[in-house]
Amino acid sequence: MLGLGKKDFTLFLAVAAITLLAPFILNPFPTGSGLAQFNAGYPDLMQRFVIYGIFAIGFNILFGLTGYLSFGHAAFLGLGSYSAVWMFKLLSMNVIPALILSVIVAGLFALVIGYISLRRSGIYFSILTLAFAQMAYALAYSVLTPLTNGETGLQLTLDDPRVLDGGGRPTSLPVTELFGMEMRDTASLGLGAWDFTFGVGFYFCAVVMLISFYLAIRIFRSPFGMMLRAVKSNQQRMNYTGLNTRPYTLAAFVISGMYAGLAGGLLACMDPLAGAERMQWTASGEVVLMTILGGAGTLIGPILGAGMIKYFENIFSKINDAVLHQWFAALPDGLEDFLVTIIHPFIGKGWHLTLGLMFMAVVIFLPGGLVEGGQRVGRLFRRRDRKAGGAEAQAAEQRRTPAE
Amino acid sequence: MDAIILQILNGLDKGSAYALIALGLTLIFGTLGVVNFAHGALFMIGAFCAVTLNALLGMSHQVEDPTRTDFLGNPLQVDVPYVQDIFGEALGASIIDWAVPLSILLAIPVMLLIGLVMERGLIRHFYKRPHADQILVTFGLAIVLQEIIKAIYGANPIPTPAPDAFRGSVDFGQWLGFQAGSIIYPVWRLVYFFFSALIIAGVFAFLQFTTFGMVVRAGMADRETVGLLGIDIDRRFTLMFGIAAAVAGLAGVMYTPILSPNYHMGMDFLVLSFVVVVVGGMGSLPGAVLAGFLLGILQSFASMNAVKSLLPGIDQIIIYLVAIAILLLRPRGLMGRKGVMEE
Repeated sequence: MLGLGKKDFTLFLAVAAITLLAPFILNPFPTGSGLAQFNAGYPDLMQRFVIYGIFAIGFNILFGLTGYLSFGHAAFLGLGSYSAVWMFKLLSMNVIPALILSVIVAGLFALVIGYISLRRSGIYFSILTLAFAQMAYALAYSVLTPLTNGETGLQLTLDDPRVLDGGGRPTSLPVTELFGMEMRDTASLGLGAWDFTFGVGFYFCAVVMLISFYLAIRIFRSPFGMMLRAVKSNQQRMNYTGLNTRPYTLAAFVISGMYAGLAGGLLACMDPLAGAERMQWTASGEVVLMTILGGAGTLIGPILGAGMIKYFENIFSKINDAVLHQWFAALPDGLEDFLVTIIHPFIGKGWHLTLGLMFMAVVIFLPGGLVEGGQRVGRLFRRRDRKAGGAEAQAAEQRRTPAE
Repeated sequence: MDAIILQILNGLDKGSAYALIALGLTLIFGTLGVVNFAHGALFMIGAFCAVTLNALLGMSHQVEDPTRTDFLGNPLQVDVPYVQDIFGEALGASIIDWAVPLSILLAIPVMLLIGLVMERGLIRHFYKRPHADQILVTFGLAIVLQEIIKAIYGANPIPTPAPDAFRGSVDFGQWLGFQAGSIIYPVWRLVYFFFSALIIAGVFAFLQFTTFGMVVRAGMADRETVGLLGIDIDRRFTLMFGIAAAVAGLAGVMYTPILSPNYHMGMDFLVLSFVVVVVGGMGSLPGAVLAGFLLGILQSFASMNAVKSLLPGIDQIIIYLVAIAILLLRPRGLMGRKGVMEE
């Protein structure tokens, strides 16, 4: 179906269903209950899930397939944001031209940076991309201030020309829209104790993400994707067979740069503001974390990883000591205080510590990421079932985490 | 002429820090073949050793001072550091004043220990894994170390002053016979430069003139053969990791008066130090030192106003530009051995 194999199509349908029903799925706890803080079903956060999902899917096309570890992908994210905001300032508040420009600009820069960086591989490639990204970051902060507005970040102003939007000076800052649908519009639905919110912006991002995901599956399954995998497993042999691998790796680099640009553009569409810190190398590190955490080289891994990290970022950083005290209120006072003191460094502002530990654990014990973890758990269940006899086999089959 | 000398001097302190960190990185890469992304964090921990000792020495209790009164006529409460109780007032005060240099004594065992634990506990399990995995796990470790420091010391920079004797500046120009006031240079930066030169010389002397160092160099050249000769090369390499960590830590300790330590200072230096290692040549110790000083000085020249007005922004990107040029034109770096990680 749609040019996908049966397994891939099922996976795509599952991802589509989960994404489109996310406002329900991510909102399992009634509003106002004690667990409501674990809800993630509000548009702002869900948007970030899918946007960083796109970023990670794109990164995975480069890292997962070819094995080239880029430490400078955030540069393309930042470029995408800047281009989108410029489009909003000059042309129109419609998101389509903004996104198109983001992708094109990021692609062009990826072409140049990739052409140079890909002349080396291994750690040298990582350092080259890192150097380019740091250069972009430093320039955006200093010399390019007329283009990037330096530390303040590029913002919309009332005086922007916005040629297609009819000119004239608006009384308030315009909002991003798609043919009249405002990105920040939401609709809500109350069902008993639950409140569900549906954002236009989220659904727009979700559709874009699904399209990108579909394209990624096609790339993974294409002869081109096969060639990239061959580069990863043994580039030397490829070269000895008389094949020039560089066009393939360059194409992968440009495609993944365009994905990053698209993600950056979408970030700007949701909130028309672009700052240089989006290009900093910690941001590049973040997308590496997402991809590794989910499972590099798998289809679903990057999306999982992006969702995990953004979810934890949001939820963990919201938990504070007061919340902890509330949880452990049933325990004796001394024990309660002790537990709160122990957990304190890992939550709130300290969630990066949790992230770092989680990441190290994944790299050490589960190099394949969450997807491999899922597969292992699945295998464990199947093995046990084989011992127990066929009765439970079907139930286990359903419980098995779908991997890839 | 004096302007040129001033820029060279200005580049020396940053260059020394780059050189020390890059030296440690190269030691680790040359011996263990591991790319250590957590090396910047070690530099940062060293700096926080100084902060810790400074805070420890400054710990005080309140004492009534009968000779002085506040405006109501009550005896004044004065903070007296415990150190002054133990060593007497004058000696105590100068111990507190010299907190940063004294931290060296604290930093060496602490950093050695951290280095040994890191190598035994984590890095050794990654020898056989691909370079990407090594980068990733040490990157994760760097985040963890950084966040632990942030949880303990907070996110703000903590000023840690140099001893009184080394505060202020010297008129460097006069020594060289230039006009008075043409080259004013902070004393501590000179101290830092001489200190790092000392450490670098120490490391090289250790590798060159001791039996231990000879074995380590042999192991760097051909690990397997040294192992076959019945030498426990792994143990020596572990110790070298500790020494590399200590070098980074000492670089951090002495850098505190120049830059108030904060939890992400390590990362800022790490990125540049990697560039330095690449420019100097992966696995070449003299290359790392040379490139460290060269790039530090180059950066300082690029931040001259005359240069900046010609090429705006060049001071921000000069190091990266050099790195890109080197990687493309001479991938083994300035002094790299042929064939080491050239691909």
